[in-house]
Amino acid sequence: MSQIKAAPKEISRPPKSFDVGSWLVPIIAVLVAMTLAAILIKLQGSNPITAYKSLFKTAFGSAAGIGATLGKSTPLVLSGLAVAVGLRAGLFNIGAQGQLLSGALAAAWAGVSFHGLPGFIHIPIALIIGAFFGSIVAGISGYLKAYRGVHEVITTIMLNSIVMGVADYLASHPLREPDQFLTRTSEIQPSAKMPVYAHLPLGFFIAVALAAVIWWILGRTTSGFRIETVGRNRHAAWYAGISVKRTVISAMLASGAIAGLGGAVETLGITYRYAPAFNLGLGFDGITIALLGRVHPLGIIPGAILIGGMRAGAANMQFDSGVAPELVDLLMALILLLVTAPLITRFFKGNSNKAMTSGWGN
Amino acid sequence: MTKRNGYFLFVALATAYFYSKDGDVTSSVYATGAAFALPLALAAMVGIMCERTGIVNIGIEGTMLLSAFVAFFVSSLTKNIMIGLICAIFTGAMMGLILAVMAVAWRMDQIIAGTIINILATGLTSFLYVQGRTIPSVFQAIEVPVLSKIPFFGPVLFIHGPLTFFGIFIILALYVAIYHTSWGLRSRAVGEHPSSADTAGVSVVRLRYINVTIAGAIGALAGSYLSLELVGSFERGFTAGKGFTALALMIFGRWNPLGALGAALFFGLAQAYSNQLMIDQVVNIPTQFTAILPYVMTIVVLTISAGKVRPPAAEGQPYEKGQA
Repeated sequence: MSQIKAAPKEISRPPKSFDVGSWLVPIIAVLVAMTLAAILIKLQGSNPITAYKSLFKTAFGSAAGIGATLGKSTPLVLSGLAVAVGLRAGLFNIGAQGQLLSGALAAAWAGVSFHGLPGFIHIPIALIIGAFFGSIVAGISGYLKAYRGVHEVITTIMLNSIVMGVADYLASHPLREPDQFLTRTSEIQPSAKMPVYAHLPLGFFIAVALAAVIWWILGRTTSGFRIETVGRNRHAAWYAGISVKRTVISAMLASGAIAGLGGAVETLGITYRYAPAFNLGLGFDGITIALLGRVHPLGIIPGAILIGGMRAGAANMQFDSGVAPELVDLLMALILLLVTAPLITRFFKGNSNKAMTSGWGN
Repeated sequence: MTKRNGYFLFVALATAYFYSKDGDVTSSVYATGAAFALPLALAAMVGIMCERTGIVNIGIEGTMLLSAFVAFFVSSLTKNIMIGLICAIFTGAMMGLILAVMAVAWRMDQIIAGTIINILATGLTSFLYVQGRTIPSVFQAIEVPVLSKIPFFGPVLFIHGPLTFFGIFIILALYVAIYHTSWGLRSRAVGEHPSSADTAGVSVVRLRYINVTIAGAIGALAGSYLSLELVGSFERGFTAGKGFTALALMIFGRWNPLGALGAALFFGLAQAYSNQLMIDQVVNIPTQFTAILPYVMTIVVLTISAGKVRPPAAEGQPYEKGQA
């Protein structure tokens, strides 16, 4: 080796079980973030208590509200899961946004153009097509990381913008709804619309089931073990005979497929078509959700529901209290800061469960 | 002839050819290219200053975004763009300091620390953004006497706003400082082998704090340039990925200020030319595709330079005393 590598970074195990500390830190982070945001709301001249009351009452106060919350949470569970799978392999997939968009558009295309299929075939096909396109977008970053050493953070961010541009073009020219002024695709066939059972969207259960499957794969299978080993120490993984390149690419493909599925579920379950104004920010929310859930496949679910609820209640909150719905973005940023910075963690526990990424060089 | 001289010769010949065809248009395209390149080059300086001391800064985008926001809205509220600029630079330095605290004191994963900066800046600016505000004026272009009268080079290099000249000065000063001052030598030592630098009596922690904070202020200059000189407005998501493109340019320029400046100029010029081709209707590409051109180029540039460049060795690793 031509250059001296420093000792591997501190290796910390992700929590196997939910101990008190790993629960407490995210909860306190959320509370502190809401307090800080309340000060900003007050400074803007609105009443933070009215705002929060309206926000949570809309989101969790009624059966319809909970249904809407779970609908908003579904793509968030999946994008959080996508980021978490990447982080387990030591890859920071900031491109969940772009992968999600391509999944959403691909699913819209599949939903519009396949005719005469029964729902139980049409829906899975559209979902798989969405996941496939998400996976391709992430696969580009995975390949460049594995074989060219280009850092995935840069390529995924660039691909976010590229996908957005290409999707915008496709939705405004080849896939545009005929005779329509707005840039959007046609509505999907009724057979591709995902059913809702008593306010509860089907997509949410798919997302939760997938989270459980990923949890099982990471903890109990050989491929999961490879991903975890590469994520903790790729030199050790290489020494143990694991193909780091293959693992990096397959982790990225899986991560992108999950994000793409998130977009597909959003299209088939909520929006019923693709438009450039939809799906904004869902992939970025995934970063906060993954870190809030301590990069644990099941831990992301409560975080996704919380943030989905805030997204569902934001419009009503603006109506009731005049606070801009972008408050949710601010809250998420503060939560992310508080959860990842060892401020609270140090107070409650000796060590923190750090997610690890890699530098430019390796 | 080295490869680099080959590039220079190619660019010079192409320029001469275009200039002979249509002088005014070529000058204006190059001037636009320089204006596009400056914020990228300055943002790349942020990356260079941080990474040369071993701190990865992917929060450049957020630093630029928040400082562009502060520059614009403080200028708008106080009706004075100087006050806006000063507040923005202070904001940038604070963001650098926050990154330094996260990366140096708390030994956080630096990629995640930078992402926090970005998400925080996006959250703050989109929450606090108000529509319909204006600033009294942008920083007006200055014509350098005599020099601006030179054909081609005059309009391209010597008719710019004050922030452009200041930015160019900073880039050149940083080049000299990194390679020809004791501060530069120490910074590079800290970025390559912090324990040796520590043994030689350099305070690794202090130097990292100072450099990352100053770098934040430079990032603020890039952001303020966008909102107070080049565009004169602010929107949500205003910086549009320039901070990330800058990181690619930094890598392409091999962590050297002049290399990054060259890469940024090439990039800015490519954008200016593609705009001009659109205006002239020489090619009819959908606007979405010209808009994604910089991002595609960033990936291509990184793929080409990958494996041929070597980052500072201690980059991304928190320093602990007594660790080899």
